[in-house]
Amino acid sequence: MSTQSSGPAIETVGLVKTFGETRAVDGVDLTVPAGTVYGVLGPNGAGKTTTVKMLATLLRPDGGEARVFGHDVVRDADQVRGLVSLTGQYASVDEDLTGTENLVLLARLLGHHKTTARTRAAQLLEAFGLTEAAGKQVKHYSGGMRRRIDIAASILNTPDLLFLDEPTTGLDPRSRNQVWDIVRAVVAQGTTVLLTTQYLDEADQLASRIAVIDHGKVIAEGTKGELKASVGAGSVHLRLRDADRRPEAERLLRDLLHAEVQLEHDPVALTARLGAATSDSAAEQAARALGELARDGITVDNFSLGQPSLDEVFLALTGRETDGSAGDGGTGPDTDADTGTGTGTGTGTGTKDEVAA
Amino acid sequence: MSTVTGTENQELAPVSTESLAALLVAKERPQRPSSPSTSLTFGWRAILKIKHVPEQLFDVTAFPIMNLLMFTYLFGGALAGSPQDYIQFVLPGILVMSVVMITMYTGVSVNVDIEKGVFDRFRSLPIWRPSAMVGYLLGDALRYTIASVVMLAMGLLLGYRADGGFPGVVAGIALLLVFSFAFSWIWTMFGLMLRTEKSVMSVSMMVIFPLTFLSNVFVDPRTMPGWLQAFVNNSPVTHLASAVRGLMAGDWPADEIAWTLGWAALFVAVFGPVTMRLYNRK
Repeated sequence: MSTQSSGPAIETVGLVKTFGETRAVDGVDLTVPAGTVYGVLGPNGAGKTTTVKMLATLLRPDGGEARVFGHDVVRDADQVRGLVSLTGQYASVDEDLTGTENLVLLARLLGHHKTTARTRAAQLLEAFGLTEAAGKQVKHYSGGMRRRIDIAASILNTPDLLFLDEPTTGLDPRSRNQVWDIVRAVVAQGTTVLLTTQYLDEADQLASRIAVIDHGKVIAEGTKGELKASVGAGSVHLRLRDADRRPEAERLLRDLLHAEVQLEHDPVALTARLGAATSDSAAEQAARALGELARDGITVDNFSLGQPSLDEVFLALTGRETDGSAGDGGTGPDTDADTGTGTGTGTGTGTKDEVAA
Repeated sequence: MSTVTGTENQELAPVSTESLAALLVAKERPQRPSSPSTSLTFGWRAILKIKHVPEQLFDVTAFPIMNLLMFTYLFGGALAGSPQDYIQFVLPGILVMSVVMITMYTGVSVNVDIEKGVFDRFRSLPIWRPSAMVGYLLGDALRYTIASVVMLAMGLLLGYRADGGFPGVVAGIALLLVFSFAFSWIWTMFGLMLRTEKSVMSVSMMVIFPLTFLSNVFVDPRTMPGWLQAFVNNSPVTHLASAVRGLMAGDWPADEIAWTLGWAALFVAVFGPVTMRLYNRK
């Protein structure tokens, strides 16, 4: 339904931004198809926010080019501003004003008349479940309410492109799921979304394509499937009843799954890192392994299936750990989200699901 | 940026994705608003902020009253024989000094706003670029009006009589507001240029104190040494004070008015573009 349906929503070539000696963004090439959610994944300080700020015309690039629906972000900045909205930890609303006042203010700035501005503000507050808080100053809002009013402020006019810069950082799992629902509703109406996040599961839940960025460079780009394949399917963690059977279990897993098996400090625990070589999902591979172990009479007390965490993605892609700043380390989604049965149930902060065997 | 308050524990109403979708379907956009319209909207924001944080009116009420009382009774006897005689001369001057001093808070509020997130949202809007800055200054014009009215009321109580009557007083205040609006672009520049609220404040003090005190607000410049007279006689604050004093006394000091407006134009021409450059680059 977009008026700008031809061509990509965003196209950058060799985008560079330096702050003094630091090359915050160091030659980023991105192509974001229109009408999709595009995930930009990376740790703190990777250059995600700087990239978004350049695309939203808030920062001037030091090198390279960026176009939004064909408009150059420097030369045609005004046209770009007319098509995009942004929501982030930096682009928020006025804390001294109430929810209603903020939305009316922005609606007026976008050219709505007084009455339509009021109506639009009231409708959005209603849709976002903020009617009761409409007359309160935003500084008294909770984190989840803040994020809602921030997003509401960004869709006063339905934008062609919406930047969401770490929309769920610092939110509890429930508020996070609600933000995800909002994002899905926005995309369903044809808006392109560029989402930056530190959380692999968030990108997994929402984005169709993902770019992983580190030290200002894109180090991997592709569909979710491609990206996951490059880092392996995940890992199976097992706890055996009998520590004596562990060497046997280790051998069996290695032969069966062609997986790298790691022995934990706990004498009954071991972890198999699943390869991406087979087309079987991590769950299928795990089920096969459990079956084999049972046939050999090795009792498994407990097992869990973990998706590759952001740390593992980074380890796989760069050969080193993240710089220890990836938030609360909440990167593992739950397994049912992975198999596509559950939506919006990711805990975000858990690293794996415990399943009694 | 956690804002933990009492509302944190309240159960939030769910997001209605259906009504959200219905709202998003509407793709038509209103026509872009004009530059006066967006500037006035930002001015409205400034007024809303006064409504929510009324403490900020302190510096346009208590501060001018304090100035007026202090200087009238401190210098009155020595300089004019009595405070009652002195106030006739000094009130327009103190009015000018106080309002010009108050303008420096603009820089602080610009600086505080940048620290908060809302600034980047304004900058990403498809609107006339200077409107956010002009909006600040329009909101401030209201504050200056309040300060002027408060001081004049206090002055009347102390025995000040304006020979120019109501029209003269209104003309004087209008000229003062025009000058303050133009002069404030220095502060928007500092607000955008300097890193912290504190540094904005201290740099502003360094500018504002010499500029207001080294003028003809308190005494006749002829009593000053020659080099100081050269500065004082050419200071924009001196021209402004003379013009306001003349207008309120019922004269038409065309030269001083012209000088004042000339300075005002110069301030906008120099500091306006610098401010906007900083605003776009921030």
